Amino acid sequence: MNPLHSIYTFYRDGFRSMTIGKTLWMIIILKLIVLFAVIRLLFFPNILGENYDDDIQRAEAVRDAMTSKK
Amino acid sequence: MTELANVVDWSRAQFALTAMYHWLFVPLTIGLAFIVAIMESIYVRTDNPRWKGITKFWMTLFGINFAIGIATGLILEFEFGTNWSNYSWFVGDIFGAPLAIEGIFAFFLEATFVAVMFFGWNKVSRKFHLVSTWLVAVGVSLSALWILVANAWMQNPVGMEFDPAQMRNVMSNFTEVAFNSVSMNKFFHATTSGWCLAGVFVAGVSYWMIWRKRNTDDARLSMKVGCWVGLAGIFFTIWTGDGSAVEVARVQPMKLAAMEGLYDGGYGQSLVGFGILNPDKQPGDSLPAMFAEMSIPKGLSILANHDMNSFVPGINDLLKGYEYEKDGSIIKIEGVDTKIERGKAAIEALRQFGIARENGDSVAMKTAYTKLTKDYDCFGYGYLSSPEKAVPPVGLTFYAFRIMVMAGGFILVWLFASLLMSYKYPKWLGNRWICLVGILSIPVVWICSQAGWIVAEVGRQPWVIQNLMPTNAAISAIPASNVQTTFWIFAALFTALLIAEVSIMLNYISKASQKPFA
Repeated sequence: MNPLHSIYTFYRDGFRSMTIGKTLWMIIILKLIVLFAVIRLLFFPNILGENYDDDIQRAEAVRDAMTSKK
Repeated sequence: MTELANVVDWSRAQFALTAMYHWLFVPLTIGLAFIVAIMESIYVRTDNPRWKGITKFWMTLFGINFAIGIATGLILEFEFGTNWSNYSWFVGDIFGAPLAIEGIFAFFLEATFVAVMFFGWNKVSRKFHLVSTWLVAVGVSLSALWILVANAWMQNPVGMEFDPAQMRNVMSNFTEVAFNSVSMNKFFHATTSGWCLAGVFVAGVSYWMIWRKRNTDDARLSMKVGCWVGLAGIFFTIWTGDGSAVEVARVQPMKLAAMEGLYDGGYGQSLVGFGILNPDKQPGDSLPAMFAEMSIPKGLSILANHDMNSFVPGINDLLKGYEYEKDGSIIKIEGVDTKIERGKAAIEALRQFGIARENGDSVAMKTAYTKLTKDYDCFGYGYLSSPEKAVPPVGLTFYAFRIMVMAGGFILVWLFASLLMSYKYPKWLGNRWICLVGILSIPVVWICSQAGWIVAEVGRQPWVIQNLMPTNAAISAIPASNVQTTFWIFAALFTALLIAEVSIMLNYISKASQKPFA
């Protein structure tokens, strides 16, 4: 049998035969959606990544922040 | 309270909440993976189907914990980019490498072989299945290794050079970063504490089944494995804890002083076995540090330096600076006020470097770099407004350390007693009170584990990176209200996940234990 097909059937049969695993997969998927599609996008911007265009500007921003805090 | 202090406090609270919830799941995953692998090894070796059933039962509980806990650690990485942007830039090169390796290991090793572990029964050979289970156990620990390497680097920053042009600490020696004595002690201490926690969990659940007279034969067999692994775990945890104490004395003496509530150190210093701290005590005042204490003579000197007559500094010594004699020579340690001055000089040199760089003045850049390098080991002290700011919360660190030690001591005795009863006095295992203690030992081991985390992380305050960056320099310029909002979102999310985990586990244990596992 084609190895790729064997891998496919291995996972297909595995997922089909799950009992408690179905609930767990639902929790995992729901959790990942909440984490990445809601929390990450709405509440956790990458401050330096989004506010500055390149690493030189980011380094300058951090230097300014850190040398003005003393 | 200023806006900066507010942001710092809320960001710290949020990070603590996330890390502590994450750490509820992690040690059980680490330890249960090994226990399941051992159980499956017994099955393959004996060909006894009963062990296959036992393995599958605990493997399912491992799967529940794995599924609920997975990705909870990712939130920490979100927080680095948003709340701690100065920090994440300042250390990015070093912190990023171990985390990237962790991601690769976690994805390829765990994800691949977890599937074989759960879906592969009767589809792959027994030996291949067993190897997969062991690889999951090893993979889980290797993932933990890289996270703990990153954490250890924050407590003992080595193997790097600061590049003021990039504003980053650049890795200069990977081996030193990954395999220094602090990181190795931390890795073995944390992972073997996971064995202990999982062993107590397995024994506790087995006690419940024995108490309820459900599948008692399988429960008794499970308990033996759980107790053996738990005992091995607690012995290694104590051993590596001893190594960690020596490392803390070497690289974080203020943490050790806080753990002991020790203000004025000395030679042949005693160890506080039990004590009640004076909450009004402040560094430098004449109030007694303790209302009451029971001490072990010379214990702290032995713990810290493996030398009963050695000098251990207290909080006041560390703040003011001190001298001590070692191997016939006098060693002088500078006080925090001097370090603050040096830190301020280093920050000023960094500022001058920035101006010189902007002006393209390479001579001034070189001069500023030389000044910065000279005082860089005290860089973070420049952000402290007074020497007392270098002192971590003494009460929390002191009591958390004692809770960890006392709970650990109870677990050691309890696991040994359970093992003894399992082999010599099996009838005693059915005693209602013994079962009750066995079940209650489950929350105790988690409290022990969390207390250890508090000692390690609260005890190193105010440092995000030891001596180089305190929390107030690491923080982003964001409104405190944003952090407050996400704090409560995470509190709700993690609580929901924890409730889901416990209820799914209890439901499964209750149903699966109604008949023999195989």
